[in-house]
Amino acid sequence: MTSVRDWAEPNPVTENRGGVIGKGVDRYEGALKVTGTAPYAYDTVAPSPPAIGVLVTATIPRGRVTSVDTAAAEAAPGVQLVWTHLNVPAQAPRGTRANPRSQRASNPALGSDRVEYYGQSVAFVVADTFENARAAAELVKVAYAAEPAVVDFMASFDQATLPPDEEDVHIGDFHGAFAAAPVTIDETYFSPIQNHVQMEPCATIAWWEGDKVTVHTSIQMVKGGQHALAETLAIPSSDVHLLTRYIGGGFGGKGQPYDDLILSALAARALKRPVKVAYTRQQMFHGTIHRPAVDMRVRLGAEPNGRLTAFAVEATTHCARAATFTEHAANFSRNLYAAPNRLTGHRLVRMDLPHAGPMRAPGEAPGMLSLECAMDELAEKLGLDPIELRIRNEPDIDPETGKPFSIRQLVRCMTEGAQRFGWERRNPVPGQVRDGRWMVGMGMAAAIRGNFLLPAKAGVRIDAGGIITLRQGMTDIGTGTYTILAQITAETLGVPLGHVRVEIGDSDFPPAPGSGGQFGAATAGSAAFEAGMNLRRALTELAVGDPNSPLYGGPAEYVTFENGVIAIENRSETLAALVGRAAPDGIYVEGSISPAADARDYSQHTYGAHFAEVGVNQVTGEVRLRKMFGVFAAGRILNAKTAKSQITGGMIWGVGTALTEVNAVDPRFGSFVNQDMAEYLAPVHADIVDLDAMFLDEADDKANPMGIKGVGELGIAGAGAAIANAIYNATGVRLRDYPMTPDKVLAGLMAKGL
Amino acid sequence: MKPFTYERAADAKAAVKAVAENPGAKFLAGGTNLLDLMKLEIETPTHLVDVGRLPFAGIEATDEGGLRIGGAMTNAKLAAHPKVRELYPVLARAILAGASGQLRNKATTAGNLLQRTRCDYFYDTAKPCNKREPGSGCSAIGGPGGYGAIFGASEACIATHTSDMAVALTALDASVETMTPDGGARTIKVEALHRLPGASPQVETDLAAGELITAVVLPPPPAGGQAYAKVRDRASYAHGLAMVAVAGGRVAFGAVAHKPWRAEKAEAALAAGASAAEAASAEVAGADADDRRAHKIALVRRLAAATIEDAGSAR
Ligand SMILES: Cc1cc2nc3c(=O)[nH]c(=O)nc-3n(C[C@H](O)[C@H](O)[C@H](O)COP(=O)(O)OP(=O)(O)OC[C@H]3O[C@@H](n4cnc5c(N)ncnc54)[C@H](O)[C@@H]3O)c2cc1C
Ligand code: SF4
Repeated sequence: MTSVRDWAEPNPVTENRGGVIGKGVDRYEGALKVTGTAPYAYDTVAPSPPAIGVLVTATIPRGRVTSVDTAAAEAAPGVQLVWTHLNVPAQAPRGTRANPRSQRASNPALGSDRVEYYGQSVAFVVADTFENARAAAELVKVAYAAEPAVVDFMASFDQATLPPDEEDVHIGDFHGAFAAAPVTIDETYFSPIQNHVQMEPCATIAWWEGDKVTVHTSIQMVKGGQHALAETLAIPSSDVHLLTRYIGGGFGGKGQPYDDLILSALAARALKRPVKVAYTRQQMFHGTIHRPAVDMRVRLGAEPNGRLTAFAVEATTHCARAATFTEHAANFSRNLYAAPNRLTGHRLVRMDLPHAGPMRAPGEAPGMLSLECAMDELAEKLGLDPIELRIRNEPDIDPETGKPFSIRQLVRCMTEGAQRFGWERRNPVPGQVRDGRWMVGMGMAAAIRGNFLLPAKAGVRIDAGGIITLRQGMTDIGTGTYTILAQITAETLGVPLGHVRVEIGDSDFPPAPGSGGQFGAATAGSAAFEAGMNLRRALTELAVGDPNSPLYGGPAEYVTFENGVIAIENRSETLAALVGRAAPDGIYVEGSISPAADARDYSQHTYGAHFAEVGVNQVTGEVRLRKMFGVFAAGRILNAKTAKSQITGGMIWGVGTALTEVNAVDPRFGSFVNQDMAEYLAPVHADIVDLDAMFLDEADDKANPMGIKGVGELGIAGAGAAIANAIYNATGVRLRDYPMTPDKVLAGLMAKGL
Repeated sequence: MKPFTYERAADAKAAVKAVAENPGAKFLAGGTNLLDLMKLEIETPTHLVDVGRLPFAGIEATDEGGLRIGGAMTNAKLAAHPKVRELYPVLARAILAGASGQLRNKATTAGNLLQRTRCDYFYDTAKPCNKREPGSGCSAIGGPGGYGAIFGASEACIATHTSDMAVALTALDASVETMTPDGGARTIKVEALHRLPGASPQVETDLAAGELITAVVLPPPPAGGQAYAKVRDRASYAHGLAMVAVAGGRVAFGAVAHKPWRAEKAEAALAAGASAAEAASAEVAGADADDRRAHKIALVRRLAAATIEDAGSAR
C-alpha cells in the first residue's frame, strides 16, 4: 500500500514545468453552457422522438393513497400510460441490493400506497407531448387517508434521539470546567431549511436496445446512479449505460437518483420508445432533498486571557422518518480550537418532511454559523480582538484526536486577510459607524472544511496524432472538473493543453466517485495523474525499445516530456511521431488512486478566514453587503480561475445564508412555502458588491501525489457568520436566528430604542 | 399550460371586441405575468389577444401640462424617458425598483398595473385560495408568512398588490384611460382602479370584461419634492415588503393592501402641518394590527416617515 511519504517525491505536476498547473484556464465547457449549446440530459437527442413523462405528487405529508382515479387521464389526448402504485411495473424492494458491491440500493418509484412526505410521487403520466402529459396529470384524482404528521421541527425536540451508531464525544470534563470558567458563553443559534435551487432541475432521458438501457441524466455520482437503476430494475449493472455529460448545478442535491431516472427507464421499456422526464421547478423543492434546519447550542468557558477551558457544540437537526441522514453540524468544531474539556454531539428528530440530505458543505455550512458567532461574542466579553482570541486558541495538534496536522495555515489566513481587508478600520465598539441612514460594521469568521481522498480510476489514451484523451466516470457539476482534468493530464504528459481531450460522465469509463464533499478534484485528479504517469512509462518503454526512435536504448531514467516532445537530452521526437510510427493504434492505459495507508495519521483540512463589511439600514432593518474578502489555504491550486469561482461562489452562498435563504414549513400542510426562485431568495448580482478571495501558497504532501485539496465547499464554511458578526458590529444587535431578514433586524433595532 | 388560441389585434377596437365577446379571452401585453400564471394553470384563458403591438406605446405631453403614457409602453422605456426622469422622478425610481432589467424590457404600463399578487398560496395550486378558486378558503390566513395586508384586508383574502409603479402613480394622482366594451372611453383614477378584496378577492379592478387600458395620464408635476423607497429582502429582483411614494403633499404605500394604498390620513396630517413622523403615525394608526403584522406596521411607519422627510414634504 502507498504511504503519504511516496507522495512527497517530486513529480511532473508538483514541478509544473509547463506551467499549466495553477493557470487560470477558461472552463472547457464554458462556451457551450453560456451559449445554450451544451446538451443537458433533457436536451439529449434520442435515437427516436421521446415520449414525455410528468409526475403527480402527493398533497399530504403522511398517510396512504386510498384510491386513484386515472380514467380521465388515460382517455386524455396523446396519453400513452398512467402509472400508480397499483400498476407500476415490478421493482426491487426499497433498500435492497442484489449485488452486495452496488454503491446504491434499490430505490423504487411509486413503490407502495404509503405517502411519506408532501411532494412524493404518487402517479406518473406519459404522453406524446409535454403539454398533453401535463394536462393529463392534472386529471389524475388521488384520494388519501391522512395520518398525523410530525412537521414542526421546533415543536418536536422532545423526540430527538442520538443518530444511529453515534455517541457524543466527551474529552476531559466539560461540565466541571464550564462551571468553573470565569468567562462563559451559552447561546443557541438556528439555521433554517434551505434548498439547493440548482439552475437545472433533475431530468432523465432513457431508451432501450434489447436488454440494455441507456440513460442520460443529471447526477453527481455516475456509479451511484447506474447501480441504483440496476438494483431497482433488478437487472445487471452492465445493462445500464448511464451518461451525465453536462450538469447545471448539483450542490449535493444530485448526489442521489430520483424518480425521473427510474420512471423514464421503466416507461421507455414499457412503451418501447425513448421517454424523458424532468422535475418542474416547483417539484424540485419537495421531491428532492434539502438542507435540514439545525438548532445549535454553543457553550464556551474561558480564562480571562482568552484561553478556552470548556468547549461544547451540540446540534439538533432532522431527517425523514425512514432515512438516516444526519447534518453533522458539530463535527467541524472537533478540529478547530484548542480546549482541554470538550463535548460535541448531535441529536436527530425524525420528521414527516421531504428528505433532508447533503447540501454544499454539509455540517460546516450551518454548523459554523454558530461557533463562529459565539467566538465573536466571547471576544467581546473578554475585550479581545476576535482574531486574537482565535490565535490564542490555535492548537498545535488536532484538539480532539491529538494527531499532527498535515498542514494548517489558519492563522496566516486570518492575519493576511486582516491586512488586505483593512481590519484595523473596525471600531470594536458596536454601533459607532454611520453612513447616512446606514449603520456600518465589520465582522470576521474562520473557515475549516475536511479534505478527503477516495478510491478512483482513470483511463488515458494517446492516438497516432499525439492527441491524448482522458476518460473517467467522473462528473462536472459546474465546478470546472473538465478543465482541471485536462490541466493535470497536460502537465503530467508534458503536452500543450490543446492536445488533451477530456471525456467524463459515462458509466463505461473507469469509475471515479463523482462530485461531492469537495473530494472531486483531489480524487478524480489523482487518478488522472496516475493514469498519466502510467502512460509516461508506456511511452518511455515504447521509445527506448524502438530501434527507429532517436531515444532507442535509453537510458529510460533520463526521458523527459515537454511540449509534446519526448526526449533524452538532445535526442528527441514528438509524441505524435513516436506513437504514429511505433503504436499506430494508439496506447491506452489506466491508473488508480486510493487513500494512503497512513493518511489517517494526520488531521487534514482546508482553512480560511472571511471578512465582511455590511451596512444596516437604521430605518428598515435591511442589511446590505458592502465588502467581503476571504483568504484560503487549500493545497496546491490547479486553476486560479475555477478555484476562485468555487471559493467566491461559496462565499456568496454564505451571504444568502446570512441574509435571505430560508424555506419555511407550513405546518398545516407539511409543505414548504417557497416553491420558485422568485420567492426562494438566493443572492443576485446587486447583493454581491466588492467580493473577492485569494489563496495562500500551499501544497499538502499528505493529501495526494499532487498536494491538492478541495475548494468546492470551503468558501461557504463560516461565511455567513462573518456577516452576522458584522451586523452586530454595525448595530449592537446580536441575532442568532438565520437568515437575518429585515423584520428580525428591525425588531432588534427597535428593542434598542433605535 | 392549457391549449389556447392567439391573435394579434389589428387595432384597439378589434381587441376590445375580441375580448368582450369571448368570456375565455384575455389581453396579452408583455406576458411577464400572464404567461407565468398560465404555465402554472392559475390563469387558463382559452384565447389571447395580443395588445402589446398596438400603437399606444408612446408618450406625449397633455394640454394640461402633464404626460399621456401609452398603455403598451414598456416599463424600461417609461423609466428612461427624459421628461419622466426630470418631472416625475418618483415614477422612474419606482419602476426601476421593480422586477429586473429583462422583465422591465417586456413589461408594459397596463400590464404592470394589472399584475396579480405574489401571495405564495395564490401560486401554489395545491392549496386553497379564494382569489384563485373563489370559496375554497384563504391559506395565507393562519400561515407562516408575515407580510399580509395591513389595510383593508378581509376574511376572504389578505393578499397585497405589489406593483412599484402603481404606488408612484397613486402618489402622482394619475388616471387610466380605457376603451370600454362598447367602444367608448372613460377615465378612472389609478387610486380607484383596484378594489379591496371584500368577499370576492378574485375581482381585482373595476374594469369591465374586455375594457382596455389605452393610456395612463399624469397631471402636471405637483409642487414640492418627490421620493420613493422600497424595502426588500435582497438588493434587487425582489418584491417589496413595503413601499412608500411621496409626491408633494401626496403619499402612497405599496405592498400593504389589496391595492396601491393612498395614505390620506398622512396627507391630511401633512397639510395640517404635522412632522413626517406624525404624518406616518397618523396613517398606520388605522392599520389592522395583530401579532403577525405588528412588525410590518412598524416598518411602514418608519419607512413613510423617512420618505416624507426625503421628499421635504413635512413642515
Ligand atoms: C420574477 C418577477 C419579479 C417581479 N418583481 C416585481 C417587482 O419587484 N415590482 C413590480 O412592480 N413588479 C414586479 N414583477 C411584476 C412585473 O412588473 C409584471 O409582470 C409586469 O409589469 C406585467 O406587465 P406585462 O406587460 O408583462 O403584463 P402581462 O403579463 O402581459 O399582463 C398582465 C395582465 O394585464 C392584462 N393586460 C395587459 N395589457 C392590458 C391592457 N392594455 N388593458 C387591459 N388589460 C391588460 C393582461 O390580460 C393580464 O391580465 C415581477 C415579475 C416577475 C416575473
Ligand atoms: S391571501 Fe388572497 S391570494 Fe393569498 S391565499 Fe388568501 S385568498 Fe388567496
